[in-house]
Amino acid sequence: MKRILLAFWAVLLWTGLAYAQTGPLQTILQENRDLIEKSSRQTIQPAINAIADSGVPGAADLLVTWEARQMYLRDSDGLFFRGVEEADRNTRLFDLDTGEDMGVYERGAVDQIRPNSGVQGLINAALVRFRLSDPDPKARIAALQSLERRPDAESLELLRDSIPGDPDPAIKARKERLERLLTITYDPDESARIAAIEEMSSEVAVDVRAALNPLVATQTRVFEGAVPADLNVARMLEPGSDALSREAAYEMLVAAGNAPARITPADVKAALGEHVDGGLVGGVPVHSLITDEARYGAYAALVRGGLVPPFLTDDDVERTLAAYTFAEIYSDPSPAITDAAGDALEKIELKVGLYTFVDLVLDALSLTSIYFLAAIGLAVTFGVMGVINMAHGEFIMMGAYTGYVIQQIIPDHTISILVALPVAFVVTFLAGVLLERLVIRWLYDRPLETLLATFGVSIALQQLAKNIFGTQARPLTAPAWLDGAVTFNDVVSISSIRVAIFVLAAIFFALVLLVMKRTRLGLETRAVTQNPRMAASMGIDPNRVNMLTFGLGSGIAGVAGVAIGLFAQVTSELGQAYIVQSFMTVVVGGVGNIWGTLAGAAMIGSLQKGIEFFNPANTLAAQTYMIVFIIIFIQFRPRGIIALRGRAAGD
Amino acid sequence: MQQGFLSKNPSVPVFLGILAAFTLLITLTAEGTGTGAVSATFVKVLGRTLCLALIAVAMDLVWGYTGILSLGHFAFFGLGGYMIGMWLMYQRTRDIVVASLADTPIPATETEINDAIGNQIFGVVGSSEFPAIWVFADSLPIQLALVVLVPGVLALVFGWLAFRARVTGVYLSILTQAMTLALALYLFQNESGLRGNNGLSGLQNIPGLEAVPPATVTMWFFWASALALGLGYLLAAWIVSGKFGSVIRGIRDNEARVRFLGYSVEAYKLTVFTLTACIAGVAGALYYPQAGIVNPAEIAPIASIYLAVWVAIGGRGRLYGAVIGAVVVSMLSTWFTGGRAPDINLGFYTIKWVDWWQVALGLSFVLVTLFAPKGIGGLVDIFTDRRKAGVAGEAGK
Repeated sequence: MKRILLAFWAVLLWTGLAYAQTGPLQTILQENRDLIEKSSRQTIQPAINAIADSGVPGAADLLVTWEARQMYLRDSDGLFFRGVEEADRNTRLFDLDTGEDMGVYERGAVDQIRPNSGVQGLINAALVRFRLSDPDPKARIAALQSLERRPDAESLELLRDSIPGDPDPAIKARKERLERLLTITYDPDESARIAAIEEMSSEVAVDVRAALNPLVATQTRVFEGAVPADLNVARMLEPGSDALSREAAYEMLVAAGNAPARITPADVKAALGEHVDGGLVGGVPVHSLITDEARYGAYAALVRGGLVPPFLTDDDVERTLAAYTFAEIYSDPSPAITDAAGDALEKIELKVGLYTFVDLVLDALSLTSIYFLAAIGLAVTFGVMGVINMAHGEFIMMGAYTGYVIQQIIPDHTISILVALPVAFVVTFLAGVLLERLVIRWLYDRPLETLLATFGVSIALQQLAKNIFGTQARPLTAPAWLDGAVTFNDVVSISSIRVAIFVLAAIFFALVLLVMKRTRLGLETRAVTQNPRMAASMGIDPNRVNMLTFGLGSGIAGVAGVAIGLFAQVTSELGQAYIVQSFMTVVVGGVGNIWGTLAGAAMIGSLQKGIEFFNPANTLAAQTYMIVFIIIFIQFRPRGIIALRGRAAGD
Repeated sequence: MQQGFLSKNPSVPVFLGILAAFTLLITLTAEGTGTGAVSATFVKVLGRTLCLALIAVAMDLVWGYTGILSLGHFAFFGLGGYMIGMWLMYQRTRDIVVASLADTPIPATETEINDAIGNQIFGVVGSSEFPAIWVFADSLPIQLALVVLVPGVLALVFGWLAFRARVTGVYLSILTQAMTLALALYLFQNESGLRGNNGLSGLQNIPGLEAVPPATVTMWFFWASALALGLGYLLAAWIVSGKFGSVIRGIRDNEARVRFLGYSVEAYKLTVFTLTACIAGVAGALYYPQAGIVNPAEIAPIASIYLAVWVAIGGRGRLYGAVIGAVVVSMLSTWFTGGRAPDINLGFYTIKWVDWWQVALGLSFVLVTLFAPKGIGGLVDIFTDRRKAGVAGEAGK
């Protein structure tokens, strides 16, 4: 068929060339001039095909020009041109084959060809095929994208034709996948559709589910007597079951006009209001109508008087319902297709469930690393040294603001973040040392007062930040290479920034562990914490060690601040949001142990994500339940997940 | 007993005398009852401050005397406000709804009235159903009982869990803070049944008192607050003066030793914790009708820490210290953050108190902790010690 057509047009082409010195496109247009001028959706297809199948290089451009209503007819000789409107509504014409400028024409001398939206749609469909086999890979991808967005039945054949000749394996694979999806929806052959459904059931992508879901869509319908045999029944519905309540079933009948509406309490009230007569309704005084029973009594009186329609009793409803059958009907008439689609969806759901779990684990991991990062500085100052520093959150905030200030100085985001991390460490290290020297060292034997004094520092710092930076959130922009997400499939993905935070948390975990276990400072810190006098006798200066350790913990908080600032709003209240969680993390994990903090963060993070999963709309509830859980958890392990034993445990 | 109790606490008659004199002074000068020199708005501020002093007394009992630094007592305060707020809001909305339905041809049924009230109250959180916790909202006596019971039961359960597990010191503080945070977050949800972050509002309109001028209602609340503070102070003073008081001070100073002496430390702590929670609930129930609105932000952990700040600045372990701290700090905060304090012009920079008061407060708090652990109340010692020393010196002659 196609070959014959081609031959036919080839012949026409030859004859066209023979009688005019115009280009090949002009020739084709002249052949179909009547159709084009008529421009009707019913008759235009041969003209479009003539251009599309011509094989002339400019054919696609011609179609684009036509579709964009830029094609003009010159009245003097009936030739077609591409036109560009100029000032004072004149039109400059260009030759369609050569692109040669033909000069400016007045309004009356040319006719614009205006295809309506129906014709435009047909032209577009023809264009998709052009672009599907366009030599430019970008055009092919664009065509695929438009087809993916707006799949249609006509494109299926075109797509199939374009697959074998595609040189790019990636685009070819994409085309093959799209072909399967279109086959599911549009192929007239049932077995081909089922084969495609089964093939695609191994994927979890959203577009596969989008292709399958309409196949199993149902509609609840009501039938008088039995369901007609030619309908594809999903299931029968019994009024009064969970799937279809009696009320809903009756409502359907009312909506279909098969039954009278029930009288609702609102109807009763309205009817009573209409029939008030001298302070009486149906012989009942109006002021006594303050219960439903009294109202129904008055209404019954009106019914007896024939003024209002009677109530329907439950028996009436029951009898009406019994005369009808209710069923969910698939919109697709073929049971084989709906069964296959149902099975495929079930298979996919199982996989989606599995991947959702994987995604949840990734989420939990990322939240864990955030909590860990926020708490690890505290694990040093509170966990190892036993100092309650309520201003810890403000050190986190200070780090975030340091990052913001650095970004104002260094515009390149990658460099500024790399600079901000050490600078934030130094700034908060110094702040920590200052706090330790000025306040905390006088209070080592009075932990509750440390709490209060550092709280004073905390509110002072918060207000100071507010005074300097204002109350509105300051942006801390992540470098562009952290913008995207690592995507495994349509279900499992994680944003790059969270991966970076995870890596940062891991680095800091290793670093703090290294400092505490393998360096002189770590050894001295542990010695001073366990027994300051004995440590002093051994020649360790407890003052110096305390100062440095507190500085270290604070510095880590500052670095955490830069990381947290990358995804959270940097405000003066940034630290507040993390302080309680951080203390919980350290306490739950077990004081005095970096591993414990990791365990605590993991528990709190995964717990929160787990609760959020069951109630995704409500993160507040998740936090509430998590804290309640922690309070109960402390009952059973007052010293945390990883409890220190022996003398190291202190009091 | 009465004789011994008062003689052990010379501060009680002095404090009650000052409170009575102050109340009388305000009554004579207030807009509602006296000359009008003191505006009703300011009387409200004073009434609220008295409520804050009451919860500070409770805080002193639990922290200054028993050594439990609770960072959760403001949550109990807020709960008390919520409990009275439920009745106030329900009843007032009911009055409005009934009045608006009076003109309809057919009088409304009870169900219709309730639906309309539900719509009015919960429309703002996208619901119209009454949550189960509002079941007693139509009954003033029950809601008044809940003002004490809800904080009390919460404190009892939480305290039982915490003390049983021997959570002490800073760990307990953090745990109470977590409890407060959990409660605040819970109330922030629209599903909490207490209107989410909108809170309960319009509490200054007392149902049934529409005919009474607002200034007079303000005075009633002022008197009630003063009375509650007086009674609360008396109760606290009585508690700390007896044997019970000695035991809880012992717990504060050395918990293990008291336990080894055979006292049930947990029972004592739990009693104090629960009792002070109840006092906090009462204080809140008096405070929020004078404030007009209660919302979850009031309960946020920071509020409870401020409570600790007041008590610490006023002086722990002395009940009048708590009162002084609460009154001085909260009044100063109102004055400085209200924008009425004169700014200090340094030439190159103008210190605006609205911006710098928090900083000054935070730093002064550090200074008090470091250099004056006895707080403002410590000043009284200088005075009384000198007198005692003088008496002792005369006796020696």
